[in-house]
Amino acid sequence: MNSFPPEIVLEAVANGLLTGAVYGLVALGLTLVYGVLHIINFAHGALLTLAMYAAWVAWAAFGLDPYVAIIPLVPIFFAAGYAVQRLVIGPASRGDDQNILLVTLGLSIVLENAMLAIFRSDTLSVQVDYAMEVVEAPLFFSAPMLLSFPRLVGFGVAFLVAGVLFVLLTMTDTGRAIRAVAKERTGAALSGIDVAHIYAVTFGIGTACLAVAACLLLPSFYVNPRVGNAFVLVAFTIVVMGGMGSVPGALLGGLVIGVVESLSGLYLGDSLGQLGIFVIFILVLLFRPTGLFGARA
Amino acid sequence: MTLRDAWPVLAFGLVAALLPAFVTAGTLLNFAIFTLILCLAAQGWNILGGYGGQYSFGHAAFFGTGAYCAGILQVRYGVNPYVTFLAGIALAAAVGAVIGFLSFRSGLRGSYFALVTLAFAEVFRVLANAVPFTGGAAGLLIPLDARPVNFQFGERGSFYLIVLALVVLALLLTRALERSRLGAQLVAVRENEEAARALGVDALRVKLAAITLSAGITGAAGGLYAQYFLYVDSTIAYGTWISVEALLAPIIGGAGTVFGPVVGAIVLHSLAEATRSLVGRIPGIDLVIYGIVLILVVRFPPRRLPALIRARWRR
Amino acid sequence: MSTMLQVQGVSMRFGGLLAVADASFEVAEGSITGLIGPNGAGKTTLFAIVSGFQKPSSGQVLWRGEDITGRKPHLLARQGLSRTFQIVQPFAGLSVRENIAVGAFLRHKRRAEAIAVAERVAEQVGLTAELDKPAAALTVSGRKRVELGKALATGPRLLLLDEVLAGLNPSEVRDIVPVVRGIRDSGVTVLMIEHVMQAVMNLCDRVHVLAQGRIIANGTPAQVVANPAVVEAYLGHGAATRLAGRADA
Repeated sequence: MNSFPPEIVLEAVANGLLTGAVYGLVALGLTLVYGVLHIINFAHGALLTLAMYAAWVAWAAFGLDPYVAIIPLVPIFFAAGYAVQRLVIGPASRGDDQNILLVTLGLSIVLENAMLAIFRSDTLSVQVDYAMEVVEAPLFFSAPMLLSFPRLVGFGVAFLVAGVLFVLLTMTDTGRAIRAVAKERTGAALSGIDVAHIYAVTFGIGTACLAVAACLLLPSFYVNPRVGNAFVLVAFTIVVMGGMGSVPGALLGGLVIGVVESLSGLYLGDSLGQLGIFVIFILVLLFRPTGLFGARA
Repeated sequence: MTLRDAWPVLAFGLVAALLPAFVTAGTLLNFAIFTLILCLAAQGWNILGGYGGQYSFGHAAFFGTGAYCAGILQVRYGVNPYVTFLAGIALAAAVGAVIGFLSFRSGLRGSYFALVTLAFAEVFRVLANAVPFTGGAAGLLIPLDARPVNFQFGERGSFYLIVLALVVLALLLTRALERSRLGAQLVAVRENEEAARALGVDALRVKLAAITLSAGITGAAGGLYAQYFLYVDSTIAYGTWISVEALLAPIIGGAGTVFGPVVGAIVLHSLAEATRSLVGRIPGIDLVIYGIVLILVVRFPPRRLPALIRARWRR
Repeated sequence: MSTMLQVQGVSMRFGGLLAVADASFEVAEGSITGLIGPNGAGKTTLFAIVSGFQKPSSGQVLWRGEDITGRKPHLLARQGLSRTFQIVQPFAGLSVRENIAVGAFLRHKRRAEAIAVAERVAEQVGLTAELDKPAAALTVSGRKRVELGKALATGPRLLLLDEVLAGLNPSEVRDIVPVVRGIRDSGVTVLMIEHVMQAVMNLCDRVHVLAQGRIIANGTPAQVVANPAVVEAYLGHGAATRLAGRADA
C-alpha cells in the first residue's frame, strides 16, 4: 500500500468530511422516512436524481444558480414527496412491508428510466465560476490545505438544514405530531392526529432534504440518470450505521462514510473506492443491524 | 412427483417446443430465447422469494456469477463450455449458500435481507468492473466458434430448444419442491417462521436450501446468457437490471406459483416489445412500463387468477 | 409414574425485570398438568423457555433426566416436545389441511402420508369439515383447533398448550375439554397454561401456581384453589382472610 505524507491524508480527511455532510443530508431524508413511516424508501436515490435534473434545468433553462434554485425547489419537492406518499406509496402498500419495498422499487424504476428517456444517458453538469474555486486552510506544519469552495458551502448548508429540521421537529406542533407518530402510531391516531397526513408531510420533508442536497451537489458534481444509485447505497449504509431512524446518527454516519470513501479512494483508487462503503454496509447489517451508534432494540 | 403433478409443465414444454417449426424469423426467436433466459432467472428468484418469502433485491449476484464463471473458465482456461456452464451453476449455488448463511444466521429478514442482497450484488459489480481477471470495464468476449461442441449453434432454433429444456427442468423442479416436505416447510417459514420452528422446522436449514437452489437456477440463466450473447460485462452480469427482472416476473405473474415467473416474464416482455413498436426505441421506456405495471400489480393485486389455477391443481 | 419434564430453578431476567424467579416444577408422564397464575406471572415466558424459544438466565430444563436447556425449538419438536401459541399463529395463506400437514411432515417425509396424518388429526380435533378452508377464514374457535392440530400432528410425547381455551365461549370450552382429555388418553402428556378454571378443575391431575415469577403452590386443583396464598395472588393481599371472614359471618 502507498504511504502518503500527512498533509495529503489530512486533506483527504477534510474533503471526506465536507462531502460526508452532504451524504448525511441525503441520509437524513431517508432515516426520517424510516423513523416515522418505518419503510425503506428504495426510490430515495431516484428522487435525488430527479432533484439534480430539476436543479440542472433551473440553471440551463432559467439561468438560476444552483444555490438560488434551493428556494423554489424545496417547496416543489416537498409537495412532490407529499403527493407521492399520499397518492402512490400509501394506498399501494396497505401497511405490508414487502409491498412497500416493491412500490418504492417500482417508483425508482419509473423515475430513473423516465429521466433516461427524456435526458438520455449523457452526463450533464452546470458551469458556474466558483465550481473550481478553492479555499486555503492553514496548517501549522506544512503548506495550507486546499478545500473546495462548493464543498465548504455544502458542509455549511447541510448542517444548517439539520439545525432547521431539529427546530422543526422539537418546537412546532407538526414536529411534535411527527415524533408522536414515529413513537406510537396508534396512540397518535387516537389523540386525533391525521396519521396519513403526517406520513405524507414526513415523506415531503425527506424529499425536500434531497432537493437541498441536489442543489449543493450540482456545482461540483454531474448528473446522469443513474447518479442517484451511487448515493442511495451510500445513504443506506449511513442510515443503517447511524441506527435506522436516528437523525444525529445520519449526520455522524455521513461524516464517517465521507472520510472512509475519501481515504479508500486515496489508497485503493477511484474504481475500488466505493468498495469500502459496501463492505462496511454488509458488515454492519450482518453484525450490528441496529446501528453502531443506536441502542440495541 | 407423479405424471399427474407434472403434466401441465410437460404440456407447456411440448407446445413451446413447436415454436421453431413455425417461426423462422430471427428476431422473434431471439426475443423468445431472451425471454426464456429471464424466465429461468425469475424461477430462481421465485423459489426463495415466492415460496420462501425472502425477497432478494440482489439476484444479480447469482446471475453474474453463473455468467462470469461460464465465460472466464472457457476464455482463460479453455474448459469445455458445457462443463463451464455446470461449474457456473455450482459456483452460483455456493455463492447463494454463503450469502444465505451470513444473512439468515444474523436473522436478517424483510427489508434488511433485501438491502444486504443488493449490497452483495453491488460489491460483485464493483469488483468485476475493477479487476483484470474478469476483463474489467471492457468486459469478457467469448470467441465465436459456432459448433455444437462449443455450446454455440449456427441457427437459433437449437439454442432455443436447449434453453426451453432447462426452463422446463426448472419448472419440474419447482413443482417437485411444491409437493415435497422441503417445499411445505419453506412455505410455512414464509407464512410464519416462529410457528414453523415450533413444529420442528429447522428454519435456517430450509432457507439455506432454498437460497442455494434459487441461486443455482438463476446462475444457470446467467450461464445461458453468456453463452448466447458471447459477451459479459459487470453491468450486464451484476447490474441491478437483472435483479429487478428476476423479481418482477414472479411478482407480476404470481409469486409462489410454478408458472408465475413464466407468465410474468412473457407479459412484461411482450408489453415492452409492444411499447417499442408503438413509440420507437426510446431508451428506458420499457422499464418505465415495468415500473408502472409493478406499482399497479401491488396496488390492485390480481389474486383471483393464481388462486384459481392453484385451487384447480391442488386436487 | 415417571417424570417427563423437570424445570429446576429457572430464572429469566429481561433488563431489570425478573420475569421468572427460581421456578421449579415437574410434569409426570401421562398426566395433564396445569400451570396457572394471574396475568403477568411469567407463565408464557416459562413456556418459551421450556420449548426452546428463549434461553433462561439460569436454571435447567430436564427431559426424562436429560438436560435440554436452551436447545432449539425444532430439535425439541423432533424429540417429542411440541407447543401451541397463546396468540394463535396460523399459516394464514394455507388451508387447514396444509397447516396441519406442516406439523405432520416432521415425522413423515412423503406428502401423501403427511396429508393422511393431517386428516386424521383434523378429525381428532374436530376440523374435518373445514379442511379445505384457508386458515385465515376460520372463527376463533376454529383457529384454536388448528393451533392444537398443528402441534398434535408433530407426534409429540409432551404437548404444551398455551391458553387454548382463552377467548372461547362456554359451549366451545365444553367442546374442547374432551378433545384435550382424548389427547392425553392417546398417550400424550399435556402441560397447559390456562385461565378458564372450570377446565382446569375438570382436566388437570396436578396444578402449579405461578405468581410474580415464583411457584407459590402446587397440588391437585381442589387443594390449590383452597390455598390462601393462591387466593391472595389472584385477588390481592388480605383477600383470603376477608373471604374467610365473610364465610364465617
